Amino acid sequence: MPFGQGRSGGGGGGRGRGEKKPGDKEKGQRRTLFRRRKVCKFCADKIDDINYKDVKLIGPFVPERGKILPRRISGTCAMHQRKLQTAIKRARHIALIPYVTD
Amino acid sequence: MTDRQYELVYILPPDTTEQQVADLHGQLDAVVSRLQGTFERTENWGRKRLAYEIGHNKEGVYVLEVINGSGELMKELDRRLRVMDQVLRHMIVRVDQEKKVVERTQTKRRTESERRRVKRGLPPQRQPGEGRPAGDSDDADDDRFDGVEV
Repeated sequence: MPFGQGRSGGGGGGRGRGEKKPGDKEKGQRRTLFRRRKVCKFCADKIDDINYKDVKLIGPFVPERGKILPRRISGTCAMHQRKLQTAIKRARHIALIPYVTD
Repeated sequence: MTDRQYELVYILPPDTTEQQVADLHGQLDAVVSRLQGTFERTENWGRKRLAYEIGHNKEGVYVLEVINGSGELMKELDRRLRVMDQVLRHMIVRVDQEKKVVERTQTKRRTESERRRVKRGLPPQRQPGEGRPAGDSDDADDDRFDGVEV
């Protein structure tokens, strides 16, 4: 109920800042509620070697479709994403991980 | 120049016998020893399911060889493996450099933590029963990859 009210007020008014603010606040709260801080798995677990033979380690970064999970979703740091990328590509070549799956 | 280390992985058809694997290893061994290389170790992973079909095969016998040798040796091995029709797929990766880097970061991490612990007046190694127990982490693995969140 309070949600609907806020929206209708913002739409109908159009005059101003007073009404904009509560809407912003709501958005902010939603963010803090649903976003979790992303951590690079390899930094957190102190994994130095991302090896192409270790399918268990790489597996979670290759979703069903077979594409490499982007950094913005997994939260992997740049250095480890780079290492992960070479590992995945090598694992694909020797058929441990699929290139594509439909 | 011979202190380079390489990993060679090759895949053979699923119906390959132990004898055939050994024969192939012998062929490679001839080349390796001719060009002054040595085998560090050989691992037979056995029959594994392939992630995709290679020449109508759904399974393959994986063999891993770790070889110390020169680039010329690996070039020759690569050429030979390419020609052999019983080898479905092969891959050669140089590993010594990465290995060194990994070792360096590990020792660095260890010495750093020891230095900090000594500074805090603790013994350099972690004592049993110290800190959080291993199984008691709030942020289990699945926490970090919860897919797309908007």
